[in-house]
Amino acid sequence: MNLFEQQAANRRKSRLLIAGFFLFFAWLGLGGDWLLYQATVVSGEPGGYRHVVPWGGIVMAGIAMLMVWNIRRTGADKVLSSAGAWALETPESPAERQLVNVVEEMSVASGLPAPTLYIIDDPDPNAFVTGQDPARSHLAVTQGLLDLLDRDELQGVIAHEMGHVKNEDMQLMTLVAGLAGAIALLADGTGRILFRGSRHGVRLGGGGGGRGGKKGGGLIVIVLVLWLISWLLATLVTRMLALAISRKREYLADAMAAQFTRNPLALASALDKIEKQPLPTKAIKHGVAHLCIADPLGWKATRNPGITGELFSTHPPMAIRVARLKAMGFQAAKKGS
Amino acid sequence: MSILLLVVLVGIAVWVIGAYNGLIAAKNQTVNALKQIDVQLKRRHDLIPNLVKSVQAAMDFEKDTLQAVIAARNTAVNAAAGLDTQHVAATAKAEAALTASLGKLFALAEAYPQLTANANMKQFQEELTSTENKVAFARQLYNDTATSYNTKQQQFPTNLVAGMANAAIAELWEIEDQAEKAVPNVEFRRGA
Repeated sequence: MNLFEQQAANRRKSRLLIAGFFLFFAWLGLGGDWLLYQATVVSGEPGGYRHVVPWGGIVMAGIAMLMVWNIRRTGADKVLSSAGAWALETPESPAERQLVNVVEEMSVASGLPAPTLYIIDDPDPNAFVTGQDPARSHLAVTQGLLDLLDRDELQGVIAHEMGHVKNEDMQLMTLVAGLAGAIALLADGTGRILFRGSRHGVRLGGGGGGRGGKKGGGLIVIVLVLWLISWLLATLVTRMLALAISRKREYLADAMAAQFTRNPLALASALDKIEKQPLPTKAIKHGVAHLCIADPLGWKATRNPGITGELFSTHPPMAIRVARLKAMGFQAAKKGS
Repeated sequence: MSILLLVVLVGIAVWVIGAYNGLIAAKNQTVNALKQIDVQLKRRHDLIPNLVKSVQAAMDFEKDTLQAVIAARNTAVNAAAGLDTQHVAATAKAEAALTASLGKLFALAEAYPQLTANANMKQFQEELTSTENKVAFARQLYNDTATSYNTKQQQFPTNLVAGMANAAIAELWEIEDQAEKAVPNVEFRRGA
């Protein structure tokens, strides 16, 4: 897979995601409409309210549209503020000045505009980029990263992040973080409605069953159950989605970093150092994990390659990433001599 | 029959326009990439007088080395004035010489503990390392862009419109091996 294929794939996935999100919301609304239709038109009292226009579907689709628009507009800011990142406007310490220099270097190497810089006060080394536009990207690094890595290693990590910008991974990952956040919020709400509203739901189904016959009542219950399941599945689906998009792109971004710095061994050594830090990155929340260079949850899965590592982690096994980078370094050395 | 001819002619015209525009775009990218190098070179040239000033007192008896740096810098400034996509070699050579003289300066500076411990000096080293890296990365980008531009204008059938687009082979920024080897900069970069 090369750069342009990856860019095209990312744009396609973004469109699909937005369409899926939209349809999912419409389905939630229409499910409610159908239930109301059954209750008021098919088995309701004559002369009472008749739910003919699918207002639920219309309203939910409208909400979805507003949410996507809002995520596009403010997603990056939300990701940054949720991680507690502060903007580095005037570098003061030598380490900060070095960071600014390294970022400028990588901006030159990649031919991309330099991202705005943010620092996260967390002792665990990590980094991510976020934004909806390569011309206005935001790069956040933890204080731990600045403390742990030397200049060349830092350069490798920044190059990896610029690789995500160039591949247009950044937009898709920010979108996923925003959608996942929105759906998580919904799932919380649904949980509450479900527990409070279970009596309500039974009464609704029971009322339909009494008048419209057993068959209609059964159908209503099935739809109700399906509807509720899809609300609950939402969280799981977004989680899986974040997993599915995160892994292959890390390899590609590693390769891009090697192309920008011509120094794959520095990134390999940086990843090695990051992996050896036992602590999770506390400042970075679950929903943002797939944006980071290394799994901030410090999950054991990235430590052992194999089927569990490949399936259940937001990131590929670190050992494999390091091995691939070392292979690149070895080949470069062979060619050079 | 005449319709068929018309279709063929239109097809050719569309292709010529596409190939021509593609070449012009590649040419502008190459020129732009070279400009990026130029920006970084200027920054580098501006840094050096300040560096020399700040080490002068401590390294007074290394006058030859300091003068060599100044001379190399002035040559490089002159060479950079004539930089365009056809004339890259002179600048490349002057910059390599400048890098070598700076390398020598920093190697000698290692012998002065009060210099190497100086925060100001450390910042200079960081700035110079960064500018040199930027020059190197800009060169990388330029060479990649220039190579794809050169390939484009030489390949058939695009080469048929190369004359029309005023395309000329862009000179690559070659690094001389000896000059690169003479730079002890790597060690000092590790320490930064």
